[in-house]
Amino acid sequence: MTEQPIDVLIIGAGASGAAVAWSLAETRMRIVCLEQGDMMKPADYPSTGRDWEARGQSDFAISPNQRRLAADYPIAEEDSPIKVANYNGVGGGTVLYAGHFPRFHPSDFRVNSLDGVADDWPIDCATLAPHYAENDRMMGVAGLPGDPAYPGDNVKRMPPLPLGKSGEAIARGFNKLNWHWWPSDTAIATEPYDGRDKCINLGACVSGCAQGAKASTDITYWPHAIRAGVELRTRCRVREITVDADGMATGVIYYDGDGVEQALQAHVVVLACNGVGTPRILLNSKSTAFPDGLANSSGLVGRNLMFHPYASIMGVFDEALDGYKGPGKCIRSQEFYETDAARDFVRGYTFEIHRGFGPVSTALMGLQRGRIPWGVGHHQAFRGLFNRIAGMVAICEDLPEEHNRVTLDPELTDSDGIPAPKISYTLSQNSRKMMDHAIERGSEVLRAAGARDIMTQAPISYGGWHLMGTARMGLDPARSVVNDWGRSHDVKNLFVVDGSIFVTSAGVNPTRTIQALALYIAEQMKQRLANLFD
Amino acid sequence: MGDQHSTDAAGESFTAEETQALKTLVEMIIPASQEYGLPSAGDTAIFTDILATARSQQVEVSTALSALDEVSQDCQDGDFGALPLDQDVLAGVAETFRQRHPAEAGLLAAITAQCYYRDDRVMRALDMEARPPHPLGYTLNQGDWSLLDPVRDRPEFFRKTP
Repeated sequence: MTEQPIDVLIIGAGASGAAVAWSLAETRMRIVCLEQGDMMKPADYPSTGRDWEARGQSDFAISPNQRRLAADYPIAEEDSPIKVANYNGVGGGTVLYAGHFPRFHPSDFRVNSLDGVADDWPIDCATLAPHYAENDRMMGVAGLPGDPAYPGDNVKRMPPLPLGKSGEAIARGFNKLNWHWWPSDTAIATEPYDGRDKCINLGACVSGCAQGAKASTDITYWPHAIRAGVELRTRCRVREITVDADGMATGVIYYDGDGVEQALQAHVVVLACNGVGTPRILLNSKSTAFPDGLANSSGLVGRNLMFHPYASIMGVFDEALDGYKGPGKCIRSQEFYETDAARDFVRGYTFEIHRGFGPVSTALMGLQRGRIPWGVGHHQAFRGLFNRIAGMVAICEDLPEEHNRVTLDPELTDSDGIPAPKISYTLSQNSRKMMDHAIERGSEVLRAAGARDIMTQAPISYGGWHLMGTARMGLDPARSVVNDWGRSHDVKNLFVVDGSIFVTSAGVNPTRTIQALALYIAEQMKQRLANLFD
Repeated sequence: MGDQHSTDAAGESFTAEETQALKTLVEMIIPASQEYGLPSAGDTAIFTDILATARSQQVEVSTALSALDEVSQDCQDGDFGALPLDQDVLAGVAETFRQRHPAEAGLLAAITAQCYYRDDRVMRALDMEARPPHPLGYTLNQGDWSLLDPVRDRPEFFRKTP
């Protein structure tokens, strides 16, 4: 029996899909979300077992090519020095993210006006302000008001994560240099919040929070959205969006958990599949009316892919630090966030301070970098590193370049036969100079903090956590894929709400902004319901 | 993992030669230490865990062990597991293996470290509690928040927009 058309079909149950589903639920429309992965089972997360660090390299690896679970699709990424990190399941990338949760700055929306590069966003920071606030309420944010790096930073939050020994040591380093630092905003509950318990410092945030303190959307938005009537279907992998003769989206074709092809019709389709998954579906949705893929009259679907190139700067200290105890994140610095004409690059970066590592990670890092030998000397060298490493990563703003792109691989497919995405990406000179700068400045901080030995890496190869720009937002249909409220220029009942619509990447983690944008777009849809397709 | 896997029939999926080569190698990578009171990675319980873990990557591990034997044949005219237990000889072969086959050597070292550093005795020797992080978690000191005072006093420095 053919299913009746639904009102709104959301593809993807991650950071943005959950937010848009919850927001639209109040309309009482019939809303279905299709998610290719499963519901999460926090009781099975790695931190519940002794092999928690090893599982971060296997079934909870950040790379889908390493994880290779049934829900994952392969990614052809030989042509990129930065490899994609994602998670396919209810909660998406928020299941494995660290919960570092900064906002964009006003300047991040005006890159062209300020620096003459890239493009300005068609919206500004003030437009998103109420949606940041709403998202903060749904996710639960810990931090401290008053950061001088942000205007009007007076929003009350849960108390910040502890500094601990590691944060304290590195804060002293920043203070010696008179450089900015501030407790990180984190999507981690430091006190009971919305039915979730507080953080107990498991130290395994990036392989799922068994405590439920970290705000992944499977435990934040989704329980509320489902209670409000949204239907969430798991193990449903969308192959393509279908269209009618008028060029309107009619629904999707997907494969269910048994690999059986299914169709679902909808009056509105919302893509929330991240900066790789969304262009993959659009490019695979070819038709007579859209021979180059859906919503692609600009030719920009898949182009302008932005990661955040990451540089890692870790120091070895004489005193014992926090090591494996506690969330990896604690403080941040934006001393070098904004453009400075005295430097040889534009834009800037945030330092995210990293608290430390567990024993297995310490051993692997030491073995891989030649700091721990095989054989005699192993134990002494290990003890010189264990609980004694802390440092930072620099999250560098990546500027959009059309040659950095997602296409469909001509040969590689997933288990349902859907073409896999192919990543073609090169680091710009601007990014390289920015990472070099970050390594020099980060090393200065660590030396000031008392580190006796410094280890660096740039870029972090398996650090493609942030996937942005591949269906960019804009007012000009020739230069963008969606308009200033997320609707496709070409297909008037098709919306994109994930990181694909970012015009620029800023130098901060994107999840808080992705979700604020999703809520903003949902609000726009609700306000325009009577003439949504005009 | 203590002795919980000591009666496991691990190793059946590897040949006796592969098992011996792997045991010799892991003992070489992480030897016992009298100074720190630590077993080697070839300790019965730890090696049982290593074999069980290696089985989940059987093809890759067997390939790596073949490469190790190839190097051993080149250097010492014998398979690695059959070499005399002379640390200098073993270390020489292992070093050549790492140089010629870094990915394979890295895989075997990673499995060794993953299993070694979750052993009860090893964790206790590192002043760790021999348990998973959840459900008890850990205590973390707040730290000295007065360090933030000079930053609080700093004027706002974000960039104004047009």
